[in-house]
Amino acid sequence: MVRTLFARSAPPEFTRDFLTEFDRLQRDLSRVFEPSPSIRGLARGGYPALNVGTTPTAVEIVAFAPGLDPASIAVDLDRGVLSLSGERAPVLPARSDEKTALHLNERFAGRFRRVVSLPDDIDPQGVAATYREGVLRITVPRRVAPQPRRIEVQ
Amino acid sequence: MTEAVPTAVSAPETSATPAAAGEATRSARSAPALLPPVDVLEDASGITLYADLPGVPRERLQLQVEGDQLAIEGEAVIAVPEGTEPSHIEVDLPRYRRSFTLSRELDASQISAELSHGVLRVRIPKAPHLQTRRVAVQVG
Repeated sequence: MVRTLFARSAPPEFTRDFLTEFDRLQRDLSRVFEPSPSIRGLARGGYPALNVGTTPTAVEIVAFAPGLDPASIAVDLDRGVLSLSGERAPVLPARSDEKTALHLNERFAGRFRRVVSLPDDIDPQGVAATYREGVLRITVPRRVAPQPRRIEVQ
Repeated sequence: MTEAVPTAVSAPETSATPAAAGEATRSARSAPALLPPVDVLEDASGITLYADLPGVPRERLQLQVEGDQLAIEGEAVIAVPEGTEPSHIEVDLPRYRRSFTLSRELDASQISAELSHGVLRVRIPKAPHLQTRRVAVQVG
C-alpha cells in the first residue's frame, strides 16, 4: 500500500498495510485473551521492542532501539530483573521554526524503560551488551547446570 | 556511524527492464515485511523523512525512486547463537518495507539519504523554482 508523503487525506490507521494491521489485531487480541500475563505486563509494541531467547549457556536479549546515543543507554541488573532505560530525543525540537510542519509522527520519542525477568541460574558478573545498527544485544551467561546425582539414603 | 546511502533513481521511461528482473523485484516486494514507523517533516526547502530500521546494515538497505514512488526496503541482520530457543518475540520478521507517493514539487533526482544507528534519514528537496514564495496580494 502506498501513501503520499503528505498524508493529509486519510488518518494513518486506514492506509496501513493490511497484513500489518491484521498482525496488530492478532497481537491486541492475544493481549486481551492471555490467561495470565506477567505481573510486569511485558507490553508489546513498546519501545524498544524486545526479543528474548535462551541457550543452555546464556540468555540472549535483543532490543530494537534505533536512534540512541550508545552512552545514554542504561542497562541494569538487579535481583534477577534486567532493565533497559534511556531517552530518545524527538525529531522536532520543542522550540522549532514555525515553518516546519510535522506530517507524520509515528516514531517513539521520550523516556523509556523496559524490564525482563531472568531465570535463576544467571551469572550477573558476565553480562555483556553491545549496540550496533540500532540494535542492543545483551548476553547474560547462565551458570553451568550441575550434573544430576543420586543421593544416598542413610 | 553515519553512512550515506546510495539511492536508485529510475525515470519511468527507462523501465525497459528484462522480464526476469521484473519478476525478481516483484517476488522480493511481496515477501512479508514490517511497516517501519516514520516521521515526516516539511520545511520551506523540502521534506525530511526519518524511518526506524533497527538491525539493517547499509548494504541491505534499498531506497528506490521510480516515477513518483519512493520505496524503502531493508533486511535486518540479527545474529544469535545457534540453538537459541525463543522465549519472547515481538519482532518476528527480519524485513521492513514502506513506500510513499511523492508530490510533483519534490525533486527526486536530488534525494539524499543516510543511515545512523538504525535510523534512516531521507532528504528530498523541493525543485528550486517551486520553493516557498510569498505572494503579494494586490489591492484595487
